[in-house]
Parts: sequence; structure tokens; C-alpha cells
Amino acid sequence: MIRVEKLKKSFGTNEVLRDINISIQPQEVVVVIGPSGSGKSTFLRCINRLETITEGHIYIEDKDITDKKTDINKIRENVGMVFQQFNLFPHKTVIENIMISPLKVKKAKESEAKEKGMALLRKVGLEEKANVYPDSLSGGQKQRVAIARALAMEPKIMLFDEPTSALDPEMVGEVLEVMKQLAKEGMTMVVVTHEMGFAREVGDRVIFMDGGYIVEENIPAELFGNPQNERTKLFLGKVL
Amino acid sequence: MDFRFDIIVEYAPFFLKGTLLTIGLSLAGIAIGTILGLFIGLGKMLKNRWLSFPFECYITIFRGTPLMVQILLIHFAVVPFIIDDTNGIAAAIIALSLNAAAYIAEIFRAGILSIDKGQMEAARSLGMNHVQAMRYIILPQASKRMIPPLGNEFIILIKDSSLASLVAAPEIMYWGRAMNGQYFAVWEPYLTAAVIYLLLTLSLSYLLHRLERRLATE
Repeated sequence: MIRVEKLKKSFGTNEVLRDINISIQPQEVVVVIGPSGSGKSTFLRCINRLETITEGHIYIEDKDITDKKTDINKIRENVGMVFQQFNLFPHKTVIENIMISPLKVKKAKESEAKEKGMALLRKVGLEEKANVYPDSLSGGQKQRVAIARALAMEPKIMLFDEPTSALDPEMVGEVLEVMKQLAKEGMTMVVVTHEMGFAREVGDRVIFMDGGYIVEENIPAELFGNPQNERTKLFLGKVL
Repeated sequence: MDFRFDIIVEYAPFFLKGTLLTIGLSLAGIAIGTILGLFIGLGKMLKNRWLSFPFECYITIFRGTPLMVQILLIHFAVVPFIIDDTNGIAAAIIALSLNAAAYIAEIFRAGILSIDKGQMEAARSLGMNHVQAMRYIILPQASKRMIPPLGNEFIILIKDSSLASLVAAPEIMYWGRAMNGQYFAVWEPYLTAAVIYLLLTLSLSYLLHRLERRLATE
């Protein structure tokens, strides 16, 4: 589904990703953990080319997204993204937020887009908020709308960039619940997070990144229960 | 000092005609300047340095030189060079539009840059191309923030149109100076002109204020 080969990314002289190689299978949930500045968010943002890639290749369903000839907009239709800061469109209501891309990008019919949007809102438990503006929502509600908005494009892959890091603690649960549901339905997911409980429970595989490398990867039980690398042990010792 | 209302009454039809021309010059300047300004503002934001450089030069030149110099240059040099004739009204419209465009370009640029970059990223991540993201997500938000500085610019433009009197475009100030020349009066013509300008700018700021309030409640 996703294949990353020798990915490198620098900002000026600052090398953020040094050599990333990984392959992600359909329906797999990969959780990326690591200290801040380890490059995990940058890695995630490279997967839908929100960051320009300095070196290496990323294939999504065998299409090389680093190839200039690849239509990145087409790829992005299949790769949903959820941001730490939600990034809802403040000038549009909740349902408009969800409908805009199906309407403008996929040229969907208004009535169909609306019906699907409402179904997605039901799914994230916010049906009654369809006609309010994002301003009046709590953080947890905003993030659930953002997830629904991404799902409206019917993506095959969902990327989550620290989706709960900007939330008050009591709202983390409602967002993770939606993500769990999504994982259960078989969505391919790459999740950058500090929620170790989520990683352990929902992740098929956990990746520990540090200093621009993937230091260690394993099934959650092994990585948390029996870390091999010194840096992994040190990090887990601090956060668990 | 004795204030002669009779000469104001005598010149009233001329001031009326002048006011209409001032409004015309201002509206033309606003319309052309805004369209040109959007184009130049977007041009200056191009990532390629070579492509954005001409737009940057444009803004530097038109913001960095006095409007009076620009009007005189365009009226006496540029327009005759092109059409072999002079036309004060055309020269005034050209100069006002080109000058306002430079300022408006910067207003557009600032408005667009003031929108959080997460908005563009979210739009692009949903599959929109750059133009769609600009049109549906960035510009609607940016335009709201541009209204107060644009209003400011439009008010400046109304006042600056008085410089058109230098190239014999018969707007308010032109008739003011004519009246001054005929009667050697200063209070009457210039106070009359001041009051008319004040009425024009007040009406515009009232309209803008209402527009702002309507958009805020939307």
C-alpha cells in the first residue's frame, strides 16, 4: 500500500529524515512514536507530499509520488489527513466543511454529498452539529469533524499527525474512540501520537523514530514489553 | 473678511460636475486598481524569484515615487508618446489606478499571508489543487480581513484624485482653482472643495462600515 525507500528530507542544512525505509500493508495500523524533533511528523507529511521530498522514493499503491509526472492531487484524494491543529475551515459550517471537497474535487451531487456527510457525522456522533460553525465546537468535536471531513473523500489511507496533542485531557478519549472504530473497519492508518495506550491497543506495528531514523519497529507487545535498542528503552522509560 | 456665498452659488453647477468626475475617477481607480492589485499581489507571491521580481519592482516604483510625479509623467510624457495627444481624464485614471494597484497588491498579499498555513495544507490534503484551495478556502477568509485596509486605500484614492487638477481634468479641485483664479478668493473655493471631499469620504467609510458589519455577522 505504502512503500518508502531511502527517504531523506532536509530543511536547509538541517537533516530531519536521514534514511527511512518501510513498507505498510493494506488495513495495517502503524503507530509512529518518538521524542519531539525525531522527524515523525515530517515523515508523515512526506507521505502525501505536504513536504517536498529531498531524496528517495515513496510509492502509494505502486505510484511514485516523488515523480513529477504523478498527479499529486489524485493521490491525495486517496490519502486522508488529520492535523494536530484540526485546520477546519472557519468560514464554513460543519457540514460544509465535510462537503466541500467531494463537491469541488469529485464533482459530487449536492444531495449525495450532503447525505454522505450526514452519515459521517452520525458516525462520529455529531449529527446535531451539522449547521454550526467550527468556532462553537470543543477541541474533541473539532477533531472528530476533521476526521469526518477526511473520510468524505473515501480515502484508502488515513494519516494522523498527533491528533490528540492539542486536546484537553478529557477529550482525548472521544477522538481515540473514533480512530479505533476506523481501525476496526479495516482502514489503513499511519498514526503519529504520544498516546502509548492507543499504540499498544490498536497498533499492528509500532515504529520508534529518533534522530531521523527508524530505530526500532515491532508489534506493540514486543516493542513496549521487550525493547531492544538503548534509545527505545530510554524513551519508553520516560513516557511510560 | 467677508465670506461671499454668491460666488459659491455661481460655481455650484461646476462643483457638481467636478464632484461627478471625482467620483468617476475614484471609482475607475478603485475598480482597475483592485483588479490589477490582485494580479500583482499574487505575482509577488510566486515562489520563483525570477517571476516575482517584476511584480516586486512594480510595487517598489509606484509606492516609492510621489503620485504627483506619476500623474505629470503619464500625462505629459507617456500618453502623448503612445497616442500623440493628451487627455487629462485618461491620464488621471491611469495614474490613480497604477498607483493604487501597488498599495492594493500589498493589502492582498498581507491578507493572504495572514491566513494560517494549515488551511492551505488541509485543503490540499483533501485533494484540492492550488487554485481551488485559493478560491474556496483562502480568499474567502482573506477578503474579510482585507476590507478595513482596502477601505483606507479607497479613501486615500478619493483624496488623491484631487491631483488630477494638475493635468486639467475638471474635477472638484480644478473648479476650486478656477474660482480662486477668477475672484482671487481663497476661503470660498477651498473650503467648498474640502466640504465636498469630506462628504465623499464620510459616505464611503459609512458604506464600508456597514459592509464590514454584515460580513462579521455572517
